[in-house]
Amino acid sequence: MSASLATWILVAQRLAIALLTLVIVSFAVFFATEMLPGDVAQILLGQAATPEAVAGLREAMGLDEPALLRFLGWMRGLVSGDFGTSYVNDMPVAELIGDRLINSLRLAGVTTAVSVPVSLVLGIGAAMWRGSFFDRTVSILTISVISVPEFMVATLAVLIFAVWLGWLPALSYGADTGSLAAMLKAYAMPVISLSFVISAQMIRMTRAAVIETINTPYVEMALLKGAGRVRMVLVHALPNALGPIANAVALSLSYLVGGVIIVETIFNYPGVAKLMVDAVATRDLPLIQSCAMIFCVSYLTLITLADLMAILSNPRLRR
Amino acid sequence: MKAVSRPSRSGDPATPPRRAGYSFNWVGRIGLGVILFWGLVAIFGPALAPYPPGEIVDWDYFSPMSADYWLGTDYLGRDMFSRILMGARYTVGIALVAVTLACTGGVVLGMVAAVIGGWFDMILSRLLDAFNGIPSLLFGLVAVAAVGSSIPVLVLTLAAIYLPGSYRFARALAVNINTMDFVTVARARGEGTPYLIAREIFPNILGPVLADLGLRFVFIVLVLSGLSFLGLGVQPPNADWGALVRENIEGLSLGAPAVIFPSITIATLTISVNMFIDNLPTKIRDRS
Amino acid sequence: MTKQSLVSVRDLHIGAITDSGREVEIIKGVNFEIAPGEIVALIGESGSGKTTIALSLMGHARPGCSIHAGTIRLGEHDVTAMSERRRADIRGTEVSYVPQSAAAAFNPSKRIMDQVIEVTAIHNLPNRSGAEARAVELFRALALPSPETIGQRYPHQVSGGQLQRLSAAMALIGDPKLVIFDEPTTALDVTTQIEVLRAFRSVMEKSDMAGVYVTHDLAVVAQIADRIIVLKGGEIQEEGTTEQIVNAPRHPYTKELLAAFDPVPHEAIATADGPDRAPLLEVDRLSAGYGSMRGGEPTAKILDDISFTLERGRNLGVVGESGSGKSTLARAIAGILPPYRGEVLVNGVALPASLGQRSKEQLRQAQIVFQLADTALNPAQPIETILGRPLTFYHGIKGRAREKRVIELLDMVQLPAALRHRLPMELSGGQKQRVNLARALGAEPQLILCDEITSALDTVVAAAILELLKELQRELSLSYMFISHDLSTVEAICDDVLVMYKGEIVERLPAATMSTEAQHPYSKLLVSSVPKLDTGWLAGLEQDPELIARFANR
Repeated sequence: MSASLATWILVAQRLAIALLTLVIVSFAVFFATEMLPGDVAQILLGQAATPEAVAGLREAMGLDEPALLRFLGWMRGLVSGDFGTSYVNDMPVAELIGDRLINSLRLAGVTTAVSVPVSLVLGIGAAMWRGSFFDRTVSILTISVISVPEFMVATLAVLIFAVWLGWLPALSYGADTGSLAAMLKAYAMPVISLSFVISAQMIRMTRAAVIETINTPYVEMALLKGAGRVRMVLVHALPNALGPIANAVALSLSYLVGGVIIVETIFNYPGVAKLMVDAVATRDLPLIQSCAMIFCVSYLTLITLADLMAILSNPRLRR
Repeated sequence: MKAVSRPSRSGDPATPPRRAGYSFNWVGRIGLGVILFWGLVAIFGPALAPYPPGEIVDWDYFSPMSADYWLGTDYLGRDMFSRILMGARYTVGIALVAVTLACTGGVVLGMVAAVIGGWFDMILSRLLDAFNGIPSLLFGLVAVAAVGSSIPVLVLTLAAIYLPGSYRFARALAVNINTMDFVTVARARGEGTPYLIAREIFPNILGPVLADLGLRFVFIVLVLSGLSFLGLGVQPPNADWGALVRENIEGLSLGAPAVIFPSITIATLTISVNMFIDNLPTKIRDRS
Repeated sequence: MTKQSLVSVRDLHIGAITDSGREVEIIKGVNFEIAPGEIVALIGESGSGKTTIALSLMGHARPGCSIHAGTIRLGEHDVTAMSERRRADIRGTEVSYVPQSAAAAFNPSKRIMDQVIEVTAIHNLPNRSGAEARAVELFRALALPSPETIGQRYPHQVSGGQLQRLSAAMALIGDPKLVIFDEPTTALDVTTQIEVLRAFRSVMEKSDMAGVYVTHDLAVVAQIADRIIVLKGGEIQEEGTTEQIVNAPRHPYTKELLAAFDPVPHEAIATADGPDRAPLLEVDRLSAGYGSMRGGEPTAKILDDISFTLERGRNLGVVGESGSGKSTLARAIAGILPPYRGEVLVNGVALPASLGQRSKEQLRQAQIVFQLADTALNPAQPIETILGRPLTFYHGIKGRAREKRVIELLDMVQLPAALRHRLPMELSGGQKQRVNLARALGAEPQLILCDEITSALDTVVAAAILELLKELQRELSLSYMFISHDLSTVEAICDDVLVMYKGEIVERLPAATMSTEAQHPYSKLLVSSVPKLDTGWLAGLEQDPELIARFANR
């Protein structure tokens, strides 16, 4: 069928664009971390090093080669799992990242599992009863959360749940994670904070997507056929809003990347983001490169996923 | 050609011109008021500060609000009120310069790409979209890691982070306007690209672009505060509001005003900008 | 009317909130009745409140509007006093709605059948299979192709005319007492409109349902309505039987409407040139299209091998239905869409294909005027700037001289000089179209390409614009190439007519004898499809079904 063929061409195009973007992004990351800082050998050896020593190290590190070759070599390394060696503690970067990546993914996974259902219900509900007290409350709350920095949401959460109510520990690690209850407690603060940040975006975008479909003539037609509000939204608007909603969810999840950096730092959570912030402080460039690439790849994946959802959900293309 | 004069039939000169009423509702006015307030503080604040912002004035750290120290003191015993007044200059100033750079660049490039089209548009759009594929805070982290943190670096980095988004927004608007008949008429008349951009397109995207500039200002304040909070933004002894929160984060468990007030000031600024933008007359906003 | 009326509207007032937040009354005390089984037409121009009144019969007001006062009684229900839930109960079963654009009113992601019989699901009417059988019956009655299976398709898989009839089936399925038709044929081509009108008429005749038919088109209404209510500015101007309104209108406004429908036939202007006029515009084997070029031809070819000439001082009409390529032709001549083959000659000189290569002088000679004055005038520029720019651009006129000339231009299109300080959005639709025209005049062209310039206007306003065009032609010895889907408009202003079909010219005819002497089968079909202001026209119309199958995109 030509319609579905057109869809697959669009999908393939989108994937090709994502790949191209990835190449440009990795070049930007490489350029920023390898070219901008100046002479890495000089940095490593310090100001007191003799010019001969610097030149020697430079040759040993392959810094004399043209930038493009070094970029290609770096890319080849990334693809084959060789992430380089940390400047600071001389360990393979892959080893440093290993467990921490799993920690970060777990944090992101739990947050997603919590925030997606909550956001969908609140977003669709707000759209369905647009202009109601419920809608206005949700709107004010979400705009407040979006308007303030992520760290403020997190510190407020600490202030409320850990300091005033004393329910949860303020820091997640170091706390005892033996029992299930203890583990839940340990995760609770980061997950709550991150969920607030992500959900606010998701609720707003879901609400907007549903309202846009509610304002179409075919939903008005349903009203004129005698349909009630629930039927109008659930039967007529929602199926057509699924694509935009899926798009909204994927886009909101991409905010995880920014949120996780702040949240891991505040709660001292041993994930990749915390590792990266520490690496920035010590200017451990290979480690920064790898962490940055991890974040860029996850971010790009989510954005691309959002685009694909939008393409695939178009009813005219689907059949 | 001769002009023929005859009694006018259509058009009623008695009808007063119905100019758009660019009035704001009270929520928008409050927003505007707060924005102007912080703008004035950023300009005159340091002159009004009761104490030098860098000087330790009280032996007690994290002291509560008092008649001497209106907003308490910080972790070293410096006057918070003075430091917040000073911080306004960094937060508002850096964000304002960055957003102006980002939007000017983005809007100009976006309009040119929309009107010229073709390869120029495609390559520029691809490239800038790729930069949109880097999460903003991460962009900041990498840039600071690469060249270290200073105010010019912060301004340029923040501008670079938000230029692609502004480009995309302006280009989408301009592409829409560009297909409208009045632009086609101008083009059929033989007008050149600069005229089309400056006279036909720009005035019609100005409203939404200004609203977008406001929203981007909020994002920049948030990212700047985030960077400072991570210790990678404005460097001590200077401090913007984000850095003030970071310095005094230890006071959180004490409920010290030193950590609460800088947070509140950030929130008042960003929320008031949002309030202002959300309540702009629909005539300005709806074209977006 | 009768003591047992089905609908009775008493002193209806409806208010609306404008963009600037002011509250205005858009329906100002309307009274009327509808007897059971009667079809009443609400006729009026845009802004007359006809759709607002029709929707209020269902107890529905569009966002921003609300019923302020008055009562609407439908059968034993008092619609104005009912709760929203009770109103939902009567929608679809007592009163139903056929929308203007069925294409937009069908949910794109659901099968047609499910939407047609949804009324039975909403109102818990028994048995789905019975409803489906009834729907198929309706499809058949509405002369839809393959009535058994058409319900299984999705809305985007059937044509516009079919969707419009399907939406009627959707309205009739619940056996309502009253059906509201909201301009259901306005968006359709004339050849398609006939079939839809016929279908509506035959179903309504067989049933005992009452109908409200909202439209701006008197000729359409004459075919289907028993009674006509003429509206203007939210008030009833005249009310009477269709025969009476069409043949013996009493109210001056009704007379004006009827007069606008019957334009004065065009008489070629007399010039000193005598019978052999020099050709002003020659188009020679022109082909144009959109999309990327492959082997010297674009992927989507629109115009194929178009040739014609237009003599100085004469007017050429281009008629055809949507998709015939008539607008593309104007764009190709103006250079906006450079043709990939063929030539355009003005005064015997071949013009370069694309805009960039044409000289200012070449561009000046032919000006294009677009259909929608709303989008053709820059909303950010005052009228003075809009009209002044071609003066400066082509003639180098600046300052006081420019202002003087702008006032002259406004005067030529019969607008007051004070209007030059306003923005386009502060003007009415007709005023905007006059400014649009004045801008073209500012270039002092010899030829004006008019692309459907009266199609978006109300009949009375459009008639005034046509008069203006004729007057300007007499004074300025202009030529028009007049593109329109409306044959009577073309008849009113043109000497010759090109009939286009799918990117080709099928016939060239003198405008005056177009209706009687058309030779090509498509021209014949097109001419015979234009509704006439005669109540018996549709009933007496006979068209060759073979022609319809060949040319009408139903």
